[in-house]
Amino acid sequence: MKLQISTRIAIFAVLELAAREGHQLSVADIGEKYDISSHHLAKVMNVLHRAGLVRSVRGAGGGYQFSGNARRTTLLDVVQLFEELTSAEPDSVADATPEGQALVQILSEIDDIARATLGSITIATMRKLVDRQEAAGIRTKVAKKSR
Amino acid sequence: MDSAVSNAKTERVAKADAADAVRVRRVRAADVPHVIDLDAHVTKIAKAAYWNDIFRRYGRQRLNERFFLVAEDGAQRSGSGVLGFIIGEIRAWEFGSTPCGWVFALSVEPRARLAGIGSALFAAISEEFKKAGVNKMRTMVARDSMLPLQFFRSEGMMAGPYLQLEKDLE
Repeated sequence: MKLQISTRIAIFAVLELAAREGHQLSVADIGEKYDISSHHLAKVMNVLHRAGLVRSVRGAGGGYQFSGNARRTTLLDVVQLFEELTSAEPDSVADATPEGQALVQILSEIDDIARATLGSITIATMRKLVDRQEAAGIRTKVAKKSR
Repeated sequence: MDSAVSNAKTERVAKADAADAVRVRRVRAADVPHVIDLDAHVTKIAKAAYWNDIFRRYGRQRLNERFFLVAEDGAQRSGSGVLGFIIGEIRAWEFGSTPCGWVFALSVEPRARLAGIGSALFAAISEEFKKAGVNKMRTMVARDSMLPLQFFRSEGMMAGPYLQLEKDLE
């Protein structure tokens, strides 16, 4: 399964902010770690803000804070803000054939599993997985590219 | 320290205290009516005969590889009430698998949820499995049962190497 770039950026931003409950991070802080342009990140943050998952903090040292519930917000909640994960629907003459229907049935099975997987992982659980990766020695290489 | 951090810390401390107050032990005959009531309350299906049979098989036989554990309030008299239960056993060579622990039932009293009782039960049966010599545990959850799925995920469980398949028999 491949997620769109905006979706991946949103997940990374939420994970960064959820790791610092009560503290804010700037778009530049997050962008530097993941090598993401501030322009693209700002657009993503607007969507997260409208969804109530982050709040903006104005003024010097301002930025964004996580405002969701890390134990209740799932990856699916974030993903669905940026892309549709609906089960395949017949939308062509070919799909209406028995062969097309059989294929739609299998693709729907895959979609259902993907949705269940993303819906079962909360942000808090993802943070635990991140911690496990860090304990295993996976460290962030901060992007050297200047923005 | 700002209030959000303070509140989160207080919540964590409260949950840790609650989890510490939970006592997990093996099931006893006197617990079975509580288990039946809890399950009927949660699932809306009363099945006393099933639970009596489960107690006979998992609470009394082959106890070195079968674990029927209950959680109770550590501050109260033992046997005064069951806050939750977990049941599992070690199964070997099913589906070609080497011996591993299977959890097939877990329930927590709804009013006592989000206090670490499920985690305490999960930790206790994990320990029993490890002591019995296996290094893997499994369970199965309906795809649309999000709360149990999220719970097991939060305890570190990941998708395993098996796919569950089924067929309507016509």
